[in-house]
Amino acid sequence: MLNLGLDILGLARFQFGMTTVFHFFFVPFSIGLAFVVAVMETMYAIKGDKDYKKMAQFWGKMFLYSFAVGVVTGIIQEFQFGMNWSEYSRFMGDIFGAPLAIEALAAFFLESTFIGMWMFTWDRFNKWVHTLFIWLVMFGSSLSALWILAANSFMQNPLGYIINAKTGHVQMVSFGKVVGNPQLWNEFPHVIFGAFVTASFVIAGCCAWRLLKKDHVTFYRKSLNVALVIGLIFSLGSIASGDMQSRYLINNQPMKFSAMEGLYKDSTNKGEWSAIAGFDTKQHKTTWSVDVPYVLNLLSYHKTTGTIKGMNTINKEMHAKYDKKFGSDMNYYVPTKTLFWSFRIMSGAGALFALLAIVGLIFNRKKSQAIMKQRWFLYILGLCLWLPFIVNTAGWFITEFGRYPWIVYGLLTIADAVSPNVSVASLLTTNIVYFLMFAGMGVVMIVLCHRVLKSGPDDELTDGYASGDTDLDPYSKGAFNHD
Amino acid sequence: MTSLQFVWFILIGVLFSGFFFLDGFDFGVGMLVKSFAKNTAERDVVIRTIGPHWDGNEVWLITAGGAMFASFPMWYATLFSGYYLILFLILAALIFRGVSFEFRANMQTDTWRNFWEWAATIGSFCAAFLFGMLFTSMIAGMPIDKNGDMTAHFTDYVNLFSLVGGVAVTVLCLVHGLNFIRLKTEGSLRDRALAWNKILYPVLFAGEVLFAVLLYFSTDFFDKKPLSTTAIVVALVIVTCLAYWGVLGNHEWLSFIGSGLGLVSVVVLIFNGLFPRVMIANNPAYSLLIKNSSNSPYTLHLMTILTFSILPIVLIYFIWSYWVFYKRLASPKQDA
Repeated sequence: MLNLGLDILGLARFQFGMTTVFHFFFVPFSIGLAFVVAVMETMYAIKGDKDYKKMAQFWGKMFLYSFAVGVVTGIIQEFQFGMNWSEYSRFMGDIFGAPLAIEALAAFFLESTFIGMWMFTWDRFNKWVHTLFIWLVMFGSSLSALWILAANSFMQNPLGYIINAKTGHVQMVSFGKVVGNPQLWNEFPHVIFGAFVTASFVIAGCCAWRLLKKDHVTFYRKSLNVALVIGLIFSLGSIASGDMQSRYLINNQPMKFSAMEGLYKDSTNKGEWSAIAGFDTKQHKTTWSVDVPYVLNLLSYHKTTGTIKGMNTINKEMHAKYDKKFGSDMNYYVPTKTLFWSFRIMSGAGALFALLAIVGLIFNRKKSQAIMKQRWFLYILGLCLWLPFIVNTAGWFITEFGRYPWIVYGLLTIADAVSPNVSVASLLTTNIVYFLMFAGMGVVMIVLCHRVLKSGPDDELTDGYASGDTDLDPYSKGAFNHD
Repeated sequence: MTSLQFVWFILIGVLFSGFFFLDGFDFGVGMLVKSFAKNTAERDVVIRTIGPHWDGNEVWLITAGGAMFASFPMWYATLFSGYYLILFLILAALIFRGVSFEFRANMQTDTWRNFWEWAATIGSFCAAFLFGMLFTSMIAGMPIDKNGDMTAHFTDYVNLFSLVGGVAVTVLCLVHGLNFIRLKTEGSLRDRALAWNKILYPVLFAGEVLFAVLLYFSTDFFDKKPLSTTAIVVALVIVTCLAYWGVLGNHEWLSFIGSGLGLVSVVVLIFNGLFPRVMIANNPAYSLLIKNSSNSPYTLHLMTILTFSILPIVLIYFIWSYWVFYKRLASPKQDA
């Protein structure tokens, strides 16, 4: 094998990052779309307005594509723990397996069964029953997020365990503590709200592009309204839950928090917050920054006074705490630039989403034509349809890079978790093939969604979608109606 | 070995049985997209038979994997890291066939529709074959070290026994898929599926006999458990005979249940032979055992309560969803 400076650890990390990021393009999009579509169909059930049914069917098509890609990439995620991270699996099996199995059992079955029901039974069930199907899908997918985040939360903040003296592996002693982990209840709302925001701004963006072409104006304006109302509520929710989550870090993962704020030195009582800054990560210092006083304290403590420990102090503390077990040559600094900028992208976008939603709703009032005249706004909204994907990725960058060097915080390092028996060649091959597959699937997804938009809401020609029983032979033996 | 460990060993077997019974026919149907179905209209119907079900079926695999992680993490870690490349190919196959159904339906050019049809066909063939190969080579014993890490060479998983195992599972899935089509369609497709199975069953018999012979030489199953192993092999042949009888006498349910139970008996054969091990090492001292590969009693206890309270509910709506789509699909007219 050529020596390209590649090692198992680096390749396995890259693979996990790549599959997670790609998988997480589709997961929030699917969860969010299920919610938005469920809202649309519920409005149809309540009001009887056929436009809402059309909406649910139309945006539902994108949901189906996204769901299919989410499912298949999710299998990679599950298998990957055993394939690339066998030492991790052995170490964490007692804790990690349970939520994963419950996720499959309680959530995946629900989702996959009812998505099939929803897809193929538009004309066969009473509209309330049919609406219930999509709510069950939405419920199932949120439940799956809950369980996988329960597993992730343990990795961020281990609770409810002991270390088995004989094996050295973690062992669960309290399921209640694993599920009641405050990290989980800070993380879960943020992820779910983020998912709703993702779907609503993708829909809003699509509507904007069609409105610029003056295509199906009534339909897209109505869709836009639903999307922006949901987008507004949950972008505010995301900001609030994000605030909760980041403040939780101050005590729990101080290194992550200080890196997000780019603090190498302890902050002063004045609470100077760097809006933007440059870093020398080798020398562990800030080279330049644009500071605003008090903001850091407002963000951290919701008051003007207080101090935050800098990374240099935290690094020393961590050495003092962990050197005995892990040795003194550990590096506890996390990738500062990545965290600092990811945080700014994420929080900036959160505010932007809320703002866009408010302005959009004002322009899109029922009797006003403002939305059609403010073309600049539609262009911005149209471009912003890509932003949620960047923001979601940024959020996970913070959460996962900020955990460095731990795979399980304070208990197991990433380096000790990798499969020892997998070769560099295998990993390199799989990385390349996954990359190509993901790129291919991503392109097909975009092409398909674009085509759905182009063919418009009146086009119902798909795979028996919405066509109910039309392709069934009513005279066949054994055919009977259950409705 | 505690009783909870035993329960979980059985439960993993049940989940894999469910997976092979269900995904077995949708692998089979997937394989038939290109050859059996002659034109786009027929392919629409063939794919539609599994349309509402395929992803629910695949969840059985995900659940089996998750349950293995939750109950026997050492088994999960050894199996998944050891079979790295095979599992990678399985994943690729599952991904291609998984997205193919949705993507194909929305392609506007014949070239691209053709591409996704091939993806469904090849993906389904590979998935079934590779699963067969994986489990066959697993029971033959693998080079596993003291730490439980498996470092297998190409010939450890690709050899006569595993190839025969792979082909046998593929043919089983294929006849199972045809039996499913017989149940779910009406008209020419239904007739053709019957005709195909008349030819395929003798092939399957030959495969099963060859598999049983190689099983005798390649594994310790007949040495360690002569009675139960023989009984399960006989059961496999009997259910296959029943299914074949269902083909000759045109009893559709009998055939379908028969081919499904055929796949289930393969899983039973494997789990019976493994017991009390979960992974067989070439050096018997390093084999992973049920008693030392499992999670703590606390976790097993927790998982048992959760599984036995959730699974029945799942089964109810899962079966209900099949009942909703009970109706047969008509074959397209010949001139279509």
